[in-house]
Amino acid sequence: MSDVKMRIWRGDKDGGEFENYSLKPQEGEVVLDVIHRIQATEAPDLACRWNCKAGKCGSCSAEINGKPRLLCMTRMDQLPEGEEVTVTPMRAFPIIRDLVSDVSYNFEKARQVPAFLPPPRPEGGYRMSQADVERGQEFRQCIECFMCQDVCHVIRDHEENKTNYAGPRLFIRYAELEMHPLDTNDRRDLVRDKMGLGMCNITKCCTEVCPEHIKITDNAIIPLKERVVDADFDPVAWLGRKILRRTKRTPAEASVQPEA
Amino acid sequence: MNDIEHHDYDVIVIGAGGAGLRAAIEAKQRGLRVALICKSLLGKAHTVMAEGGVAAAMGNVYEEDNWMVHFRDTMRGGKMLNHYRMAELHAKESPDRVHELEAWGALFDRTKDGKILQRDFGGHRYARLAHVGDRTGLELIRTLQQKAVSMDIDVFMECKVIRLLNGPDGSVTGAVAYWRPTGEFITFGSKAVVLATGGVGKSWKFTSNSWEGTGDGHAIAMWAGADLIDMECVQFHPTGMVWPLSVRGILVTEGVRGDGGVLRNSEGNRFMFDYTPDMFKAETADSEAEADRWYDDHTAGRRPPELLPRDEVARSINSEVKAGRGSPHGGVFLDIASRRSAEDIRKRLPSMYHQFMELAGVDITREAMEVGPTLHYIMGGVRVEPDSGSTSVPGLFAAGEVSGGMHGANRLGGNSLSDLLVFGRRAGMGAADYVEGGGGNDAKVDDLLVQHYMDEALEPFTREEGENPYTLQHDLQEMMQANVGIIRNGPELDEAIEQLEVLKERVQNIAVKGGRAYNPGWNLATDLPAMLTVSTCVALGARDRKESRGGQTREDFPKADPELGKVNFVQSQPSGGGFNGEIKIVPEPLPVMPDDLRAILEEAPK
Repeated sequence: MSDVKMRIWRGDKDGGEFENYSLKPQEGEVVLDVIHRIQATEAPDLACRWNCKAGKCGSCSAEINGKPRLLCMTRMDQLPEGEEVTVTPMRAFPIIRDLVSDVSYNFEKARQVPAFLPPPRPEGGYRMSQADVERGQEFRQCIECFMCQDVCHVIRDHEENKTNYAGPRLFIRYAELEMHPLDTNDRRDLVRDKMGLGMCNITKCCTEVCPEHIKITDNAIIPLKERVVDADFDPVAWLGRKILRRTKRTPAEASVQPEA
Repeated sequence: MNDIEHHDYDVIVIGAGGAGLRAAIEAKQRGLRVALICKSLLGKAHTVMAEGGVAAAMGNVYEEDNWMVHFRDTMRGGKMLNHYRMAELHAKESPDRVHELEAWGALFDRTKDGKILQRDFGGHRYARLAHVGDRTGLELIRTLQQKAVSMDIDVFMECKVIRLLNGPDGSVTGAVAYWRPTGEFITFGSKAVVLATGGVGKSWKFTSNSWEGTGDGHAIAMWAGADLIDMECVQFHPTGMVWPLSVRGILVTEGVRGDGGVLRNSEGNRFMFDYTPDMFKAETADSEAEADRWYDDHTAGRRPPELLPRDEVARSINSEVKAGRGSPHGGVFLDIASRRSAEDIRKRLPSMYHQFMELAGVDITREAMEVGPTLHYIMGGVRVEPDSGSTSVPGLFAAGEVSGGMHGANRLGGNSLSDLLVFGRRAGMGAADYVEGGGGNDAKVDDLLVQHYMDEALEPFTREEGENPYTLQHDLQEMMQANVGIIRNGPELDEAIEQLEVLKERVQNIAVKGGRAYNPGWNLATDLPAMLTVSTCVALGARDRKESRGGQTREDFPKADPELGKVNFVQSQPSGGGFNGEIKIVPEPLPVMPDDLRAILEEAPK
């Protein structure tokens, strides 16, 4: 087998350049393995974020040949053979160093989510049906790799939108809480007015990059849009909602348990 | 005096996995000023890797289950080396902790009547593990993370603590750390400190642990004067991936076996039937037919031997491979494909399905997995007072994997997530009680000491030429794997202790290239002293415990020694010295179990 050729962006917020590395291939390797071998030999200061190395923690997000990928779940033998592999940090976030970007935007938006608010626990515990929890469970598979945020057009090339836009990662969080059988906290006005749900024009880029295969657009964003729909945009829906829009579950309603 | 960033808190919690998050929440609920400090981003700690579930005797699937059965399973699984009081608190309180998670937003899988569903796991008599498919750890950490964030707890992410600070009376007064993104130092003054730093797995070559498992908490606690116990008790999880080499060691959940998966050797035999130890014969099936009946109805047969405690299964796999009956890549076969429908497998074990499909090109709904033992967990750790998590150092508390005693010589699967919740909360309470009682009021950060620790951490930058930290880590891992592995003996342990001294010399000659901002080479250089200290403790404990018990297996002492079963090996540094300090190891009697608890253990299984 011929050597693997890596082209890795090195630098910080003040700028940088690509550096080339060439290594002997090893069977079954993922991109992160190759980066670790480079660190252990020629570039011990090559910065790269990682933890579990099993696709479960979402730390090692970067862009491989221009596409957001988890470095630990991308096998070298699935990339075009013999071609150079280009690795760059996620583009939508500020650079810290090399492949590590500053993802604090996502943590700030998470801090703005009003908390889960269940009714008091009834004697014998909460009862929920499997079908009801499964809707939220899909979104709770999220490993917070933030690749959906990275690829989202609203912020990828529009830094100014970040102030008023929570992004797909947080939209699935809002959808999860909205669909949670026990939650009583109404966040619909917030997600429409302050979190920029309307700015999403459902191009589904987020769904395409999700390593957990969460149907972000179809199962979270679109249902969320329907629930918060604004009168100014859609008078028919507004009329419908005026009559039919369910109010958020009251604590009393959320306390009603499925039959044992 | 030092011109560096400084913060004062009532309680700082080091480590943001399950135990650290739960401790921080508890202390914050008491109205204290609390900070949470973690080496990685929030939500990435090793807890996220836990797959199978959280053990709690809620009795949702088998009404017969209760805290006494859970207590008995835990003590027997730990080969009776556990601190009885920790096992008791754990068994009694874990159901409340699971229910609490649900009140904070967790969505567990449900039974038909809407309760929390529980699954079977090794060593647990009844289906006991609350779970979310095979990603329970993620659910647990995300729930706690979201709770902590909603309480506005201050979080210092990607911030590595290098040393604890002691006052003149020995009590803890804070910690010195650095920001990984900038390499700048930061100090914390704190009345109380909770350690929740997790494990030590990175000292071995094949481990399920991430880069963070470098034993930081174990080491800084000992350097600050705390006692460590039972450090020889290290768990090799029976089922890690073995191929491709680059993923060797990654965890394959015990849930595969709990849900019906079986282990086979190259001859196709379910070899576990040949390895049931006397201690578990009365409650383990002796034929495949009986074992298979058990999955659907636990009263129709005894448990399959594949679900013996982890130490037994790991040793058995090791023996099969040694006897030449292993799989092509040096493991054995874990087969669920022939036993459950493809749909069931994908639904119950979704992340295992993806892990094998994407990393090994193996479809587990059609083929068997190749698996073998991987270093997973350390039962030993900082000696704590069970009710409060306090250590021998005033103001210092510990919870989770960094603490010792709860799991004895071997931990049961599922008992870790419940441990994090039960003792994370208790350590948070213990720290809050200490602060409210006036503890740490005189705590003052010693600037000279801070300067000394910073200079130490920066030393690798001062050398033009020297050791590569990655080479050192590699050599340590190879050495520990070879000499302090799953099966141990006297000469190899002596060799390990000698080699560790050589490595300690070499680590003082590390040279690091580049700047301080996000420099993984330097970060590793600051991890290595802790790795060497904990590796030494494991080797010393393994040398002195001349018996086989749980995670400690000596081929030169193949049986359990009843006398050694009555002692903990306690390690400390009486004359200080930190990384270079001399380690003293002494056996001390286990705490005496009250008669009512002893009676639970002696009761015959139903």
